[in-house]
Parts: sequence; structure tokens; C-alpha cells
Amino acid sequence: MPKLRMTGRGLWITILIVPPLVFVALFIVYPIVSAFAYAFFDWQGLRRGEFVGLDNFWTVLFVEPYRSWTVNAFTHNIVVFFALMVLQNGLGFILAYALWRELPGARFHRVAVFLPVVLSTIIVAYLFKLFLHPLFGVVNISLKGIGLGWLAQPWLGQGSTALWSLIIAQAWHMVGFPTLVFLAGMQRIPGEILDAVRMETESEWVKITKVVWPLVAPSATIVFTLLFVGAFNWFELPYIMAGLDGSPYGSTDVLGLYFYRTAFGNVSSGQQDFGLGSALAVLIFIFIAAVASVITVRLRAREIQL
Amino acid sequence: MKFETFEAANYNTILATALAGGTGPDVMMVRAYGGLENVATAGYLEELTTDSVPALADFAPSALDAERVRADGKLYAVPFASQTQLVIYNKAIFDANGLAEPQSWDELVALSQKLKDAGVIPFANGTATAWQNETVTFGLGSSLMGQDFYDALMAGEADFTDPRFTDALGAIAEVAAEYFPDGFIGLDYPSAQQLFASGMAGMFIGGSYEMAAFQGLNPDIELGVFAAPGKTADDAKLVGLYFDGGYAANAAGANKEASIKFLNYLASQEFGQAFANMLSNVSTVPGVTFDNALLAEVNDLNKSSIPYLMLAHFRYGEPSGSVLIQGEMQKLFSGETTPEAIGEALTTGLAAWYEPFQN
Repeated sequence: MPKLRMTGRGLWITILIVPPLVFVALFIVYPIVSAFAYAFFDWQGLRRGEFVGLDNFWTVLFVEPYRSWTVNAFTHNIVVFFALMVLQNGLGFILAYALWRELPGARFHRVAVFLPVVLSTIIVAYLFKLFLHPLFGVVNISLKGIGLGWLAQPWLGQGSTALWSLIIAQAWHMVGFPTLVFLAGMQRIPGEILDAVRMETESEWVKITKVVWPLVAPSATIVFTLLFVGAFNWFELPYIMAGLDGSPYGSTDVLGLYFYRTAFGNVSSGQQDFGLGSALAVLIFIFIAAVASVITVRLRAREIQL
Repeated sequence: MKFETFEAANYNTILATALAGGTGPDVMMVRAYGGLENVATAGYLEELTTDSVPALADFAPSALDAERVRADGKLYAVPFASQTQLVIYNKAIFDANGLAEPQSWDELVALSQKLKDAGVIPFANGTATAWQNETVTFGLGSSLMGQDFYDALMAGEADFTDPRFTDALGAIAEVAAEYFPDGFIGLDYPSAQQLFASGMAGMFIGGSYEMAAFQGLNPDIELGVFAAPGKTADDAKLVGLYFDGGYAANAAGANKEASIKFLNYLASQEFGQAFANMLSNVSTVPGVTFDNALLAEVNDLNKSSIPYLMLAHFRYGEPSGSVLIQGEMQKLFSGETTPEAIGEALTTGLAAWYEPFQN
């Protein structure tokens, strides 16, 4: 058996690596594992009752009213994901292309596009709440000002517009991130390739679809995967703009809010149940981990190494 | 004696964790109704009787019920304050328009119209914040629903499809559509408070706890309160009444005798009077008088009340009556449901755990 002796270097490595390992174990691994364990028990308030196996999972998936709440929140997450895929990542790609092509004012716009990303979610959420205020909001007042008063809406108060208002606020907030990642990807494309393309065609469309898009595939993998995880963990912005209930009448409810409400209760209306909350958290985690892995593997496969 | 306070939003969690870990306080503030049960059913609280705290014998039964566990009917805390859901109005605006407190629903509608014609928003309320829907419903509708409906509901003879309940919802929605601010379904709670406190609106449907908030936002505002009227002037004017919380003793505390002695003080008129004077809240201790004229008026209104329905009786299971009424009223206000459909939705929804609705 080889002797375990601490050389100077080994000691350093140990000292540097142990604190973060302990930190990760204590604050990441332990909570995940305990949430997993909580999900298998019956809870009365904060007191753990008996082991109930998969009952909590069954309840959140198949027993009313939880079943329709779960379906409702999950559906909204899917809508959010696809909407942001277009509004945030799609727009991000177009913006990146425009910046990369050095259209007039590109320098200024490179900063302007990324600026909202730096703002805290709380600021953005309150800002949009003010914009969309039914009486004094700049949106309704502008609409009235240009004679389109009939378009003025209580944006955050009706089921048909509330979720979309949140989505647009989110897209405005984060569009700079995919823009930046795509732009970095485009700047990595070698000049020789671009020169070669220029010999073949003048069409921007061909250039984008046949050259730029395939070559920024690694950037796409990153922003798609992050968007997926972000869309299904979406919490802060709806929490601030719509409240824990997904107001109005659950039309902005998403899994994050629903999980929080179920586990910790809602001061003005609900019970707290750690068991059901943990079961939801575990399901969300498994779903995100599984789908994100598939997305990553599939998208990686189409990346081209230069 | 050591006194510690915690932030309200995390109080439940902090208290429950301390109690579960055996480091809980000797005497503590607890919530009422369903919130009390979370702590009490776990066996952390000492049962109180009129032997250990004699002053409790004179407390209002409804106040004591708020601190009882339903399953065994045992009492666990000395209730400290009540809150009242009613209509708060701006006296200066009422005087300027020659208005008086309404005696019937028609009078309420007429005075709202008068305010609207005078360019004042009649009601400041908005319903984008979910829990405000419940406040509006019972602050405005308790008299329309009436004592008879409440009694029948409690006796298991009526459910929420009862026309006394659904008609009230219809009347509330009509008033809201006509006399709440433009786009009120998108107006959140803080904005609604601002509208009223700044004098842009004449009335605010809310809890008695709002009065201090309005006076804080605008120290010059002169407030009045009334119970929203019933259909005719002969109908009893009822406010929605509930109890906030109570003081309880730790069943596993080391100084139990001293704790009970202290609870006796907390149930005394001396404490109740100090509580009312210093905290401007309606103390539940019987015989307390109020320096603050508004508080005295609220205390008078409380004599004719029904419990704030969903909190007092329907927050013991999921889905809670509060969650249901809040969402359903938002639908009603945006024209996506009818009062009758709400009656159905509440009754079938609550049947998931409320036994009287299960057959």
C-alpha cells in the first residue's frame, strides 16, 4: 500500500479544495438530498409525520386541486420558454448580427443592448409595473396620447395580457445576454471563411443561414440551455410583478411560484406543506436536468469544430 | 424578562423552528385560526382555561374561538386584537360634496355617482393584488350576505350557491365596474392606497389596519368609517370581523408558572388599555375604552358583525376559501365568470376538505 504523505504541494491543494467542497456539500448537496428525503414524508405544518412513499408525488400530479394547478403552472412555463426563445434568443441573434456587421452606431448600441442585463430584476420588475400602471403608466398614457386610447388595457390585471406583459419585461431585461454570446461567437469566425463566402454570394440571407448560423452553434447551445433552465426556474420577475398567487386568477402562475406557495404557504391564503413542496421541487429538478441534458447533447452534436 | 421581535414575514418559520428545537420562548405571540393550528396541534402550547386565566371568561366568544383548535375545542392563547373590514372614507371629500354615510345599497350607489360626477374617483380599490379581492368582497358584501346566510352556512344548511351570497357578489361587481378606478383590475394594492391617501378618491374598502397607514401617508387626511349597507335601510349593517392573533405559553417552558401569571396580565384591562392607547389597535380585552375617536367607532361597529368568512372558517385545507374567492372574484371583475358559477366553484372546490359540502 502506498504511503499517504502530505508534500507541500499536496497540502496546498488540500487546503484550497476542502473549504469549497465543504461549502458545496453543506449548501448545495445537503439541501438537494434533504429536499429529496422530505418529499417522501407526510408533514403537519413544520413537523415531519410518517413515511408515505410516493404519495406526495402522486398528489401533486394526479389529485385535485393540485393536478390542475400543476398543469396550469407547467403550461405557462412552456409558453414562457418558447416565447423567450423567439423574443430573447431570436432577437438576440438578430441584434448580434447587426452589431457584428458594424451598422452605424454599433459602438453605442453594443452598450445600450447589454445595459438592462446589469440591472437587478427587482428594478426591472418595478419599472415595468410602473410602465404598465393602468392610470399613470407611460404605456397607457402614450396610447391615449396618439389617439389609440381604445388599446389602453389594465395589462397586469387580465388573463389575456398579464403573462405576455411579464414575458416582454423579461425579454427586455435579458436580451443583451444572448446578444453578447452570439456576438462573441460571430467574432470568432475566421476572416478567410468570410472572404471565401464573399466570392460566392452577395446575399446576406445565404451568409447567415449557410455560414454564420452553423458556425455560432456553440453559442446557440449555451443560450438555448440556459434559457431552458431559466424559463423553468422563473421566479423573481413574476413574484414581484404578479405576486405569489400568479395573479390574476393563476394566469401568470409558474412552477417556481407554485412550488414556493405550496412549501411555505401564502400569508394571506394558504397552508404550508413541505412534503408536497419538496415533491414538486424534486419533479422540477428531474425534469430540468433530464431535458437540459438532452438539449445539450443534441445541440453539441451539430456544433462544428474549426 | 427578555423581549425579542422578528420580521413578520418569517415569524411563523422562526417560531416553529425554535419550538421544534426546544429553544422556544416562555410566552409568545401566535396567529389565529389555521395559523394557530400549525403550532398548537404539534403540542407546543399550554392549554388555557378560565381557571388558569380567569379574565378569559369575559372575552367575546368569537375572539376565543379564533385561538381554539377545532378538533378538541381547547383554547391556547389570549387573543390580543381584532381587525374589521369596512369602508373608510375621506371626510373632507364627503363634506365638500354634501354626502352622508349611506343607509342602503341604493344610497351607496347614489353617493358614488355623485362623487364620480364631481370628478372624484368614488372607490380607490384595485384588484390586481390577489388578497385585495377578498377584502373588497367581504368589506363591501357582508351586510348584503347577511347574518342569516352566515348562520345557515355554519349550520350546514346552505352552501355558497345560496342566492344571498351570489347576489351580493353580483352587486359588488356592478359597483366595481362603475365606481372603481379605470382599469382597477390592473391596479395593485400600494397604488390603491396612494389614490385614497392623496385625496384622489373618496372611499377605500379595507381593514381597520389601513387607517394608520393612510394617516402615515397623509397626516392631514380626516377619516371616517362606516359599515357597507345592506339592500335596504332596515337590513343590519355588518362589518367583517376577525382576530389577529394571541399570546400563548410554551408547554415545555421552564417558567410555566410565571408565564401563566404574565398571560393573566396580558388578559387584564390594564394591559388592554395600554395596548389600545399605544398601538392604536382594537384590543379584545372587554371594557377597554378608546381615546382615538375612529378606533372607538370601529369598536362600536364591531358589535354588529359577522366573521371575516374565509379566514375564520375556510383556511384549514387546500384549496383554501381565500385562494378560491380571490381568483374567482378577479375572474368576475374581468367578466370571465358569473356569480352563480363562483358559488359552484367555491362549493365544489371546498368540498375537497370541508365536510359539510361533501354530500
